[in-house]
Amino acid sequence: MELLDNLALGFSTALLIQNVLYCFVGVLLGTAVGVLPGIGPTATVAMLLPITFSFEPVTALIMLAGIYYGAQYGGSTTAILINLPGESSAAVTALDGHEMARQGRAGPALATAAVGSFIAGTVATVVLAVAAPPLARVALQFGPAEYFSLVLLGLIMSIALARGSALKALAMIFLGVLLGTVGQDIYTGTPRFTFGQRELYGGIDFVSVAVGMFGVAEILRNLENEQTRTAIVGKVKNLWPTREDRRRIVGPILRGTGLGAALGVLPGGGHVLASFTSYAVEKRISKRPQEFGRGAIEGVAGPESANNAAAQTSFIPLLTLGLPAHPVMALMVGAFIVHGITPGPNVITDEPDLFWGLIASMWIGNVLLVLLNLPLIGLWVRMLRIPYQVLFPMIILFAAIGTYSLGFNAYDVYAIVFFGLLGYILIKCGCEPAPLLLGFVLGPLLEENLRRALIINRGDASVFLTRPISAVLLAVAVAALVLAILPAIRKRREVVFAEDE
Amino acid sequence: MRTTIRYRAAARMIAAIGVVSLAAACSGNGGTTGATGATDGEGFPDQNITIVVPFSAGGPTDTVTRMIAEPMAAKLGAKIVVQNVEGAGGTVGAGEVGRAEPDGYTVLMHHIGMSTAPALYKDLGYQPLESFETVGLVTEVPMTVVARKDFAPATLQDLVAHVKANADKVTMANAGIGAASHLCGLLFQTAAGVKLQEVPYEGTGPALTDLVGGQVDFMCDQTTNTSGQISAGEVKAYAVTTPERVKSLPDVPTTTEAGLPKLQVSVWHGLYVPKGTPQDVVQKLSEALKAALADQKVVDQMAKLGTAPVPAEDATPQAHRAKLEEQLGTWAKVIADAGIKAS
Repeated sequence: MELLDNLALGFSTALLIQNVLYCFVGVLLGTAVGVLPGIGPTATVAMLLPITFSFEPVTALIMLAGIYYGAQYGGSTTAILINLPGESSAAVTALDGHEMARQGRAGPALATAAVGSFIAGTVATVVLAVAAPPLARVALQFGPAEYFSLVLLGLIMSIALARGSALKALAMIFLGVLLGTVGQDIYTGTPRFTFGQRELYGGIDFVSVAVGMFGVAEILRNLENEQTRTAIVGKVKNLWPTREDRRRIVGPILRGTGLGAALGVLPGGGHVLASFTSYAVEKRISKRPQEFGRGAIEGVAGPESANNAAAQTSFIPLLTLGLPAHPVMALMVGAFIVHGITPGPNVITDEPDLFWGLIASMWIGNVLLVLLNLPLIGLWVRMLRIPYQVLFPMIILFAAIGTYSLGFNAYDVYAIVFFGLLGYILIKCGCEPAPLLLGFVLGPLLEENLRRALIINRGDASVFLTRPISAVLLAVAVAALVLAILPAIRKRREVVFAEDE
Repeated sequence: MRTTIRYRAAARMIAAIGVVSLAAACSGNGGTTGATGATDGEGFPDQNITIVVPFSAGGPTDTVTRMIAEPMAAKLGAKIVVQNVEGAGGTVGAGEVGRAEPDGYTVLMHHIGMSTAPALYKDLGYQPLESFETVGLVTEVPMTVVARKDFAPATLQDLVAHVKANADKVTMANAGIGAASHLCGLLFQTAAGVKLQEVPYEGTGPALTDLVGGQVDFMCDQTTNTSGQISAGEVKAYAVTTPERVKSLPDVPTTTEAGLPKLQVSVWHGLYVPKGTPQDVVQKLSEALKAALADQKVVDQMAKLGTAPVPAEDATPQAHRAKLEEQLGTWAKVIADAGIKAS
């Protein structure tokens, strides 16, 4: 009953006219920056934070949160339409989503993303309301050793992102990990692979890599053959998912939601893992794994739901313990402080209307996002009819502006050019960019937690096996690795035997 | 018919978004370079003033800057734009202001990092005393020594004894090389006469998360970050590192009271302009800073952060310069003794 009282309080706060209005402004802005390549939610929240100083604290937080999860929604749109992911999660959506768009099925892909996100958002809101404080306690059980094992498991699963050879996928993961080491080492301050350029001290920005490897490389590939491009436009089929589609997406959406909600709670980077863990799971259990990477609707439904669920449950450590899990959350801590609220475990009891109001607003925000996005699908799909010679310079222009606005660093823009060419060459060599991108995102996390666990335990590596959660995760990782390379080994042996004969 | 309307709506939306993003990109750039205006203080200010914060928006330094920007703008009769130029422990933003036109329209807000950067970074591209004019101190944020809640020692002296006896087991977290928590940790080790295993994190958030989760033993961090966790009993507080207790944490003793008087450190903030800025412009900015610090709203907002404005006599170029010189000396020695380099 207490829960109902709390939710009533939450909705009475969230449904105040100014709160609904700013929730809408937040999700609208979020969708816009999610759609625009380059400008991510972190930059947007940083830019808009000062404006919210004059708001009521709860209104300010509702709007900032709306920008964050709205951007997760919007990010899938450009990933699907023009293969331009702005966040690591959207890179997974691009795999099958953009393939669907090429087959003239952009509409169903976008609709699936919207519906999946809505269901995930609703479930995650319930999780937040029912179990936030105990979940946060569980999340704190995760120390450096557990994160290391979790990320290792994630990296191994990311082999599943490739549709081609597992060996090439592994090579791409390693290349990504290597690129992720560029910049100052956080433990010693030693610059690595910076070639004396101070601009590289902060590392290579994810957006530059993603925009280059996916977006620009895709443009180069399209320009190579104008004919294929026209062909896609000609065959835009249905806007909405067919009955068969609807049947196929139910399972992935539910599994993705569960997976995402669980991973999102972990403050040390769980939300990063959500979307592609879901992709790997769906591909593994699918009866048609060969369709993945060639426009499987499950490959959009699962990751998109996982991503949105994780985006929402990642608020749990912030709201219940005052501990930020993401740069956007760190900015929201700033918003708390400016409004004279000390972020910490006391927020739930001291500011119940704020805590419950924010949770209720997330559900309202999800409703607004669906209302906003479903009607837009027709419009987005029409965008594909813009002649390509007009569309591609615009994409590059927006990508350059967005990337530059990250930190007003010209190097980020040069990096798009570099990664665009690299991405094009890799595609030509039959190597896929998705595993590289995930290696790039997870590599630094892996290294950071490996070294931290070893520092804390004075170099004793047995900690990874003696801590139970870590040991279980490692065991699953080994199993996943064996499953992934077994077919390849078998094939190799067949070839060897064939030669023997 | 309907199609054309939708097309137009789309075009309009795309155009609007384009304008917004362009404006964002331009405002960021236009502010830093700062237009060349009057070089004497006569008409100052006759255009917008940019305060560069070399750290991310929403962080403690950014928050303090935005608090004082409004009353300063009112006093000066000009608009103040706060701009975040992050990177390399604040050295990127500081370098940018160091190279800016010395006309008073580009101002830097920096903290204790100004005095530690020369010892931490080589090829800094600027020198704190030679590249800047000091305008005045702003606030000194106290730090706290905190531990996981089930850590055995009960008082600061117990803690010192415990870490000395268990130096090979105890872990001390910090928020990264050169971060305030790292500097405070170094001072703690010097004051306690012990060498401990430090565990660096990327920022305060993750470090505090692992402290609350009991993965590391203890750390030292600003009240801005720790006071919520202390009041809630999620972490154990041993002391504050300033001469006086902090209002929001009345039960936490000072390091002097707790028996470790040598551990004195605060995250002091100050305003700077490029070297060569006319003296009367510096004076006008300093006066505006003083007025802002006397503003009751600013005092109240800072109190909520667990800090307070510096006394009026410290919000002057002279007091600020003296502090900077003293701190440069202190940190050069502490950092050299610890053998730390950030680049």
